[in-house]
Formats: sequence, C-alpha cells, structure tokens
Amino acid sequence: MFTHKVWNDAELSKMVEGGVPFPMLSDVGGDIGRLYGVFNEGAKVENRGRFIIDPDGVIQGYEVLTPPVGRNVNESLRQIQAFQLVRDTKGAEATPSGWRPGKKTLKPGIDLVGKVWEEWKVSEADD
Amino acid sequence: MDNQQAAGCARPTASAAATKSEESVETDQPNVTAKEMSMVHVGEKAPDFEAPGYQKGAFLENVKLSDYAGKWVVLCFYPGDFTFV
Repeated sequence: MFTHKVWNDAELSKMVEGGVPFPMLSDVGGDIGRLYGVFNEGAKVENRGRFIIDPDGVIQGYEVLTPPVGRNVNESLRQIQAFQLVRDTKGAEATPSGWRPGKKTLKPGIDLVGKVWEEWKVSEADD
Repeated sequence: MDNQQAAGCARPTASAAATKSEESVETDQPNVTAKEMSMVHVGEKAPDFEAPGYQKGAFLENVKLSDYAGKWVVLCFYPGDFTFV
C-alpha cells in the first residue's frame, strides 16, 4: 500500500491528471492471485491478469500475460463494450470478430446458420 | 468510499472473502507443500475477496469485490509497483 502511494504520487500522477482514480489493492503473499490463478509461484509475483466482471459478478473474459509484456487497454475497453451490447440486447445480438462500436452485429438464430459468410466479411475483422 | 484508514505501520493483508476449499497438495519435492492453484472460469462467478488499498490520497481497508456488485469491473493484477500495466 505504501509503495502504491509512492508510485501514484511520484510517477502515475504525472501520467494521469489527479492520479489513479480507482483503488490500488494490496495482495501481499499473493492469496488473491492464487484465488484467480494468476500468481507466478516461481517468481513470487502476480502475472499480468485482467478480468472483466459483469454487474452480476460473473467473469466474462480474462487475459493473462507473463510480466514482460503489457496489456492493451483499448482491447479491454472494446471487449467491455461488446459484452455490454450483448447484455443490453439480452443476447439477441452477438459481436463477431473485429467488432467495435458502430460495426455490424450478428443475430444468432436458426436463420443465421450457414449464412455468416453473407452477413460478415473477413475484411471486417480488421480495425 | 467511507472505509478510509489512517496511515500506520500495521500491514493488513488480503484474503479471500468467501471460504474456498484450499487444499494443500504434496509436490514432487519431499517435505514441501504448495497450495493448489487453478484458473477461474469464464461464465462463472468471480470469487469474492477483500484487500486493503490506496486511492487518491487515502488508505482504504477492506475493499471488497462485492462492493462493486451492479457495476462492470476490470480486475487487473500486475507484478509490482513501478512496472507498467
């Protein structure tokens, strides 16, 4: 916790105005990391785990990287937007590969079977 | 959040909020036990936990995942302060 404060005050607040807006938690000993399966027992540190948890407390997605490689915040936000759309439509719409807000969704159902190739083009997988 | 805590030398530790069956398993090495660790699963409830924290100039105690019920949550783990995200 004390190093969270020093890191926030000395460095992060220079990157984000006002400092980090969300709680930075302490997991000394790695119990929470083990609970989620991201604790690196060899190095005794947390791997770079990222979990998207919906309003019902259900894990919708996760990504885990070893320490040297950083995550892509925009991809996390894209996934949250996609999960929110699915939730808002109560599952009537799904987001195919490459979806981002404004792009076409698919409507899963019997009419879509065998027709995804008509509804969705490979080029839409690109940004 | 109203659970601010004065800075002090006591070092509260994190813990699982819900009881979880944490079995001790024997490893290949004799006289060494390790806690069994398995990955959580998508589509399943995120295990609740509580941990002390820091936010905007204040120390917090007992931040619980379940405090955020009804909201979308991104839970990020990282190896250490002064690294990157």
